[in-house]
Amino acid sequence: MAKDEMKTGYRLIGTRPDRPDGLDKVTGRARYGADVTAPGMLHAAVVRSPHAHARIVKIDASKALAMEGVKAVITRADFPTGLTGEDWNLQENTIAGEKALYDGHAVAAVAATSKLLAQDAAKLVEVTYEVLPHVTDVDAAMAPGAPVIREGAADHSVPEGMHPNVVRYIDFGHGDMDAGWAAADLVREQTYKTEATHQGYIEPHACLGQLGADGKGEMWVCTQGHWFIRRMSCAVLGIDASQLRVTPSEIGGGFGGKTTIFMEPLALALSRKAGGRPVKLVMSRSEVLRATGPTASASMDVKIGMKKDGTITAAQVNFRMQGGPFVGSSPIGEALSCAFACYDIANIQHEGYEVLANRPKAAAYRAPGSPMAAFAVESLIDEMAHELALDPLKLRLKNAAREGTKSSYGPTYNRIGLVECLEATLAHPNLSAPLGPNQGRGAAGGFWFNWGGETSVSLAIGEDGTVTVSVGTPDIGGSRASIALMTAECLGIPYKSVRVNVVETGALGVNEPTHGSRATFASGLAAVEAAKQAMKTMCARAAAAWGIDADAVEWVDGAAVPAGDNAGKFPPMTIAEIGATMGSTGGPISGHHEVTASTHGASFGVHVVDVEIDPETGRTTVLRYLVVQDAGTAIHPAYVEGQYHGGAAQGIGWALNEEYVYGADGRLQNTVFLDYRVPVASDLPMIDTVIVEVPNPGHPYGVRGVGETGITPPLPALANAIAAATGARLRALPMSPPKVLAAIHAKG
Amino acid sequence: MTKIHVTATVNGDPVEFLTDPRESLLDCLRDRLGLTGSKEGCGTGDCGACSVLVDGVLVCSCLVLGAEAQGKKIETVEGIANGEELHPLQRKFIEHAALQCGFCTPGILVAAKALLAQNPDPTETEVRYWLAGNLCRCTGYDKIIRAVMDAAAEMRGAA
Repeated sequence: MAKDEMKTGYRLIGTRPDRPDGLDKVTGRARYGADVTAPGMLHAAVVRSPHAHARIVKIDASKALAMEGVKAVITRADFPTGLTGEDWNLQENTIAGEKALYDGHAVAAVAATSKLLAQDAAKLVEVTYEVLPHVTDVDAAMAPGAPVIREGAADHSVPEGMHPNVVRYIDFGHGDMDAGWAAADLVREQTYKTEATHQGYIEPHACLGQLGADGKGEMWVCTQGHWFIRRMSCAVLGIDASQLRVTPSEIGGGFGGKTTIFMEPLALALSRKAGGRPVKLVMSRSEVLRATGPTASASMDVKIGMKKDGTITAAQVNFRMQGGPFVGSSPIGEALSCAFACYDIANIQHEGYEVLANRPKAAAYRAPGSPMAAFAVESLIDEMAHELALDPLKLRLKNAAREGTKSSYGPTYNRIGLVECLEATLAHPNLSAPLGPNQGRGAAGGFWFNWGGETSVSLAIGEDGTVTVSVGTPDIGGSRASIALMTAECLGIPYKSVRVNVVETGALGVNEPTHGSRATFASGLAAVEAAKQAMKTMCARAAAAWGIDADAVEWVDGAAVPAGDNAGKFPPMTIAEIGATMGSTGGPISGHHEVTASTHGASFGVHVVDVEIDPETGRTTVLRYLVVQDAGTAIHPAYVEGQYHGGAAQGIGWALNEEYVYGADGRLQNTVFLDYRVPVASDLPMIDTVIVEVPNPGHPYGVRGVGETGITPPLPALANAIAAATGARLRALPMSPPKVLAAIHAKG
Repeated sequence: MTKIHVTATVNGDPVEFLTDPRESLLDCLRDRLGLTGSKEGCGTGDCGACSVLVDGVLVCSCLVLGAEAQGKKIETVEGIANGEELHPLQRKFIEHAALQCGFCTPGILVAAKALLAQNPDPTETEVRYWLAGNLCRCTGYDKIIRAVMDAAAEMRGAA
């Protein structure tokens, strides 16, 4: 579909106006988690376990409490008991109970009159540990004899005879596997491993919490979802959700990692114990890396059967994932569901195991589970394409899922844009760029479900006819701009006449976080519905003023007008006129919309990367990078490109350098950015993008959501490019220089 | 611990504050002077979010002690605009959508301004290496580099 054809009729959608928060962000005025203070504020510091696995024998805070200026010390004893399920997991992760379960696990927290004092006092809290054997690797944690992290944690799904650290088992599929293998001319099977990586948002977690003895509290916090912060904090502390008012700060990056709590209840519990004084708690970078949501690490077997022409006849995966010491933290289900989502395969089988390990509780990270699965599946498909002397992209096109395909994970796809992405990729000039010695090209596809979810939006007409939209999804990548564009488009008013605010928990119904690539889709959808509701009210006001039937008025270009000649001859009544008089025509005019949105559209993308490998050091230089992804409709194309760029960059980091490195002692070895190596400006080229637009029929303007898919293809695309450049196939991430060099040498 | 009295200028204004000998310049800017535009992303000099100029030299303010600011001229993100008039870099960052979350933006603006002061016509590679000490996790740097190059061109009168 031609972009121009599809966009016909839009005034604003597809344009690139300045973002509303731009000025604050380039002048240093924007207020993030750590940027606020409150009268009487105290500062907190957290005492963390230096052991990967240890029984907490005794905590003696007497020396800390004896320091002048120290106002409170809390331990698990200050929290309610009897929690179950994920609430217990959250409480246990916030502050350890009987055992410290990973290096960096919080065991106590201190509030004092200054940051330095709190840090000094935290050092004086004496914790006696009985160190226990630990395990951090997913395969080692499943092996016979591995230390048991929590006896009896496994659910009923786990087959008998497995190690107690195996806590969840999933299997699903369809078709006839025997027939699928029999139909194949080539069957290949390989094992892949990915290491845990961190979201790496530059803003560390920060909050300012206050909780009184009356159970009423407030919190300012950097988060992707303040209703989640409210629900989780209240569950952990045993207070009523309605009594905690949570206001989101500007957020300095999240990528999924700020959709849950880590230390927020500590600030509230300290505040309560310190007589209700506000408590500010800001993590250091090493605390962020040691104790907040990395993604899972994975060990994966993939088996694929293909005909000589590239038709996939059967596919099977067996994945093992650890997401820390809690059940349900790893994205094993998502990984399995995403594994073959790009393909139309008749015979398919998925099996997955979730395994406990002495690592931090995994949190969501951009398309959780999908990048690992793609690394395994898209690497093997590339290998088989080369073995059969087929073009890897054309092979993907041959097997591509399209409208009506029964997806690998069950549902039948409605309109999707994978074929369009593959065709746009094949037509892109990057594919004919010449390659020199030690250079290679790799491609891969990627998928994310996208998401709708619980959404509540409110919209109010101002006295001057300008419009305020209140949303509950924190703006990470420009969603205020995109929601303002859609609202202004719908109302027929200028972009600058709409202000979108991210409001606190007291101001709207429950909203899920900005997660699942849902903010522009779901809050945008709800804002448009709210605008339509306000529009209806405004038409009714005009009808009443004109003395005609409300049905005889319609909304055109920001004004109420008579619908056709029969309705009567009246000049248009503008939104400004209606706003100016609304107090005397029936009262304030607003619109709102509450929905659990379920009409999100699946997202597909294709990446192509050219690399050069230094044969002496094994270092990979990314020469050229192409992202092609279906946005549905690009509301603000600059921020769609931004999501494509950012996803690619994070995926490149995961592929080439980033990893959690644990020592034999179970301690994280790389707890600063110098050692946890995210891509820097000199590591990357410009990233070329193609925005494919196959509108989602489930959104008023065709939005699909664009945030997550882009991190998925880089892992296999780089592995495929490195294989093309060197002839050496790497099946474990990261493909850091020493590993690439070793693979080149091993090949001989 | 006894505090140290420091006088300095920040963005042209005279300031004085008391600092604990262990406090960084970043802590003093943020907590003592209320200038929260400079950010702490790491506290170890790796991310550049706290970048400021001290007597014209680009530094990570988390690696400078507050006490070291005595008598120095400090420039932060809050001083880049001239009143209501944005610096070309600031305008170009908005225009090019060169920020998403915006947390790294203050440090990158300070660093980029320092680059253009000494090299008004940098190549893309020079911009990338100069900004290699400023981590951005959202943008993949693409639009940041374009914004800096475009601002440089405008400032040279070449735009």
